[in-house]
Amino acid sequence: MSNENDQTTETPEELKFHGIVAEFDNVDDVVDACENVRDAGYTKWDAHTPFPVHGIDEAMGIKSTLLPWLVLCGGLTGLGIAVLMQWWMNAVDYPYIISGKPLFSLPACVPIMFELTVLLAALTTFIGVLALNMLPQWSHPLFRNERFKRATDDRFFIAIDAADPLFSADKTKALLAGTSSLGVEDVMTEANPAPFPKGLIYGGIGAVFLTFVPLAIIAKARFSTSDKPPLHVVWDMDWQKKYKAQKVSPFFADGRTSRPQVAGTLARGDYIAEEDMAFHTGVNLDGSEVTEFPIPVSAAMMERGRERLGIYCAPCHGIDGVGNGMVALRAERLKANPTTPDSSTWTAPLSFVDPAGAVMTQTIGKLFKTITNGERTMPAYGSQIPPEDRWAIILYVRALQKSKNANFAELTPEDQAALRGK
Amino acid sequence: MTNTSATDSPKAGLEPPALVQGDHDFASVTESVCRVVEEKRPPTIWFAIFGVALAALLMLFGLIGYLIWTGVGVWGNQIPVAWGWPIVNFVFWVGIGHAGTLISAILFLFRQKWRTGINRFAEAMTIFAVMCAGLFPGIHIGRVWVAYWLFPIPNQMDLWPQFRSPLLWDVFAVSTYFTVSLLFWYLGLVPDIATIRDRATTKVRQVIYGVLALGWRGSARQWHRYERGYLLLAALSTPLVLSVHSVVSFDFAVSQLPGWHTTIFPPYFVAGAIFSGFAMVLTLAVPARAIYGIKHLITINHLEAMNKVILATGMMVGYAYSVEFFIAWYGGNPYEKFAFINRALGPYAWGYWTMALCNVVSPQIFWWRKARRSIPIMMVVAVLVNIGMWFERFVIVITSLSRDFLPSSWGYFKPTSIDVLMLVGSFGLFFTLFLLFLKFLPMVAIAEVKNVMPQAHLKKHHH
Repeated sequence: MSNENDQTTETPEELKFHGIVAEFDNVDDVVDACENVRDAGYTKWDAHTPFPVHGIDEAMGIKSTLLPWLVLCGGLTGLGIAVLMQWWMNAVDYPYIISGKPLFSLPACVPIMFELTVLLAALTTFIGVLALNMLPQWSHPLFRNERFKRATDDRFFIAIDAADPLFSADKTKALLAGTSSLGVEDVMTEANPAPFPKGLIYGGIGAVFLTFVPLAIIAKARFSTSDKPPLHVVWDMDWQKKYKAQKVSPFFADGRTSRPQVAGTLARGDYIAEEDMAFHTGVNLDGSEVTEFPIPVSAAMMERGRERLGIYCAPCHGIDGVGNGMVALRAERLKANPTTPDSSTWTAPLSFVDPAGAVMTQTIGKLFKTITNGERTMPAYGSQIPPEDRWAIILYVRALQKSKNANFAELTPEDQAALRGK
Repeated sequence: MTNTSATDSPKAGLEPPALVQGDHDFASVTESVCRVVEEKRPPTIWFAIFGVALAALLMLFGLIGYLIWTGVGVWGNQIPVAWGWPIVNFVFWVGIGHAGTLISAILFLFRQKWRTGINRFAEAMTIFAVMCAGLFPGIHIGRVWVAYWLFPIPNQMDLWPQFRSPLLWDVFAVSTYFTVSLLFWYLGLVPDIATIRDRATTKVRQVIYGVLALGWRGSARQWHRYERGYLLLAALSTPLVLSVHSVVSFDFAVSQLPGWHTTIFPPYFVAGAIFSGFAMVLTLAVPARAIYGIKHLITINHLEAMNKVILATGMMVGYAYSVEFFIAWYGGNPYEKFAFINRALGPYAWGYWTMALCNVVSPQIFWWRKARRSIPIMMVVAVLVNIGMWFERFVIVITSLSRDFLPSSWGYFKPTSIDVLMLVGSFGLFFTLFLLFLKFLPMVAIAEVKNVMPQAHLKKHHH
């Protein structure tokens, strides 16, 4: 069996001695032989079996692997990463409140803590098994041996490395030959192993460099400016087929994108019954302005009008309607100050009670329209003051006008007497 | 060595049935598994199924392109049922993907040696099923091109995902499960790929399988670390496999929707996942063992054991269905009560009763040993369970969403033809990958099977 050196004649390559290998055909024989090799004190040797033979670890004196400790470290690393990641991302770097939940709470983190623990522990296991087994190792002297191919099928082998301090070609072979092995062979290896193919090395380096090219292009775009519009690979909803309010539409003859209400239609809530027209618009059905109050005139209604006027009208017109509200007073002061940038747009509020002013002669219908729709720089108050309150305010305005411009003769005898008495 | 007369008669008597039937030695086990990978031309039936599966897969790719180009409106998803079939399919596939790791990990820890015949098979099935599962939420997000936003990747917007959402837990759970299952599967494959490498007769096979085998030499020192690593992966996968469907069930249970908001969901989903996974393993294993002549490795005893698991998990699922009804009544929540009455008697009652008949009633036949050992009966039941488990997810997702608290927002979900064809296409993806696996990789864990053969055990007393 040891006359295999003539293999060298078949191939021109130069071989050197690597060790010896013995073949067995059942588990009992190989485990027996392992015990012999172990007891002889060899250290650089191994058994090769098609499946894990139970009991061979003791027979070979294999110490327990430290893999479980590596896996524990991997798992704890995953756990730590999960806690820190969730805390930093959701409570520190990008804190936002969702459903009133706390920014960081352990129970919500548990699922991902668990998953990352398992993930990193499993990756450590896989990489650990390969690394501790020195895999991948695609080239090994044993692969040169034809009979060794059955090590993954149905045969069992013991290989002893020539580098073992106890190794001696004769004694070691005798040791293995003394067991129930089917045969002992020399294992040869290339004296000058071929270097790793240069093409693969340069190709690999080139491929790594090529992967940097897109990254470099992206990085350049991130840190430089350009007058060209950004490149949109996916448009999302950035450009939609739609018209904005003030754009021209080629579809409609009048070119308006914003369409007017269709003739003869009303928006919901805009309908007013004919009998309510005067109350809601201040205009009668025949188009004339209202002159009779469409609400019951009472002291309570007038009081309501005084209160509402104090809220809505007094800021400009003043509580007695002469036009000296706080807004007006401040505007006049700003206007008097030459440093005010632009006060030319200011229009002073009219006095309700000036006997020569326009308001004195206006119908209550006209006043209602003014409050509802606004006038000159006065805004429309229709959306803020309900119609009944608008009428109440007008009622109070009429009372103010009366009181500021009353003749002595129009007073009741009791009032005249009271004034005379004073 | 041993007498190799190939009689397939199961050993009678009181001793437990042999895991490898007939008189086989290590070499004949290697031969019977590797022959499938090494034969020049796969069986004609392989080509027939592969052709159909590949056509369905190409259709799926086309439909995904159409979906991305047009938008998710091509599906029947519409308010109030915004989740629709894609999520039904997702839960269905991820459930099927549970059997593999369960068989590999939990049965390994329980020293159930019969797992060796089917574990490789089931692990491959798991990986392909999880791939089908991962596809659906991926395309369901609408803007597929920003799917990477699901993961906490630093970005120029300075945003991070929201870790208090079960949908994000799901991303981590499914991707972790896929990764760990893949590692577990590949680690198990390495020694068997080395076997194929050493039997290779062509240079191409030698190089490809040689690279994949990573230089495995079956050294006892390597086996020692390998076995410890395999045990550790099994120990890690066991809680993982239980957690994945629990986290998937959180997608539902953490919401407030009647019919979803229930604490029974995690165990109920896990039992259903194992149930459907075993049914799928049976559906695949029964034809494969007949076509490839490996009935002595995947024996009728293996199939019977799986049928027992199907019976047990089917009863768990049935128990969960009834407990849901009990809690709906006992909990006193009128919305919950309505949700369940609506499931059984509402517009989707047909789906509910399909589910109940397939999942609860049909496995009951496995109380009889004859039925457990009858190939036609177990195939019918396995297919029914697959159908029933799809309908279970349909019932959970669709009925709950279609009728929630506010009757004015109720609706009735109708799938489009795209929905149906995408489900068909996902089966195309699954079977294409599975058939490639059968052709190119050892479908039975050769080293593990050898390990449970009587010849693998020491006869003499060693010390």
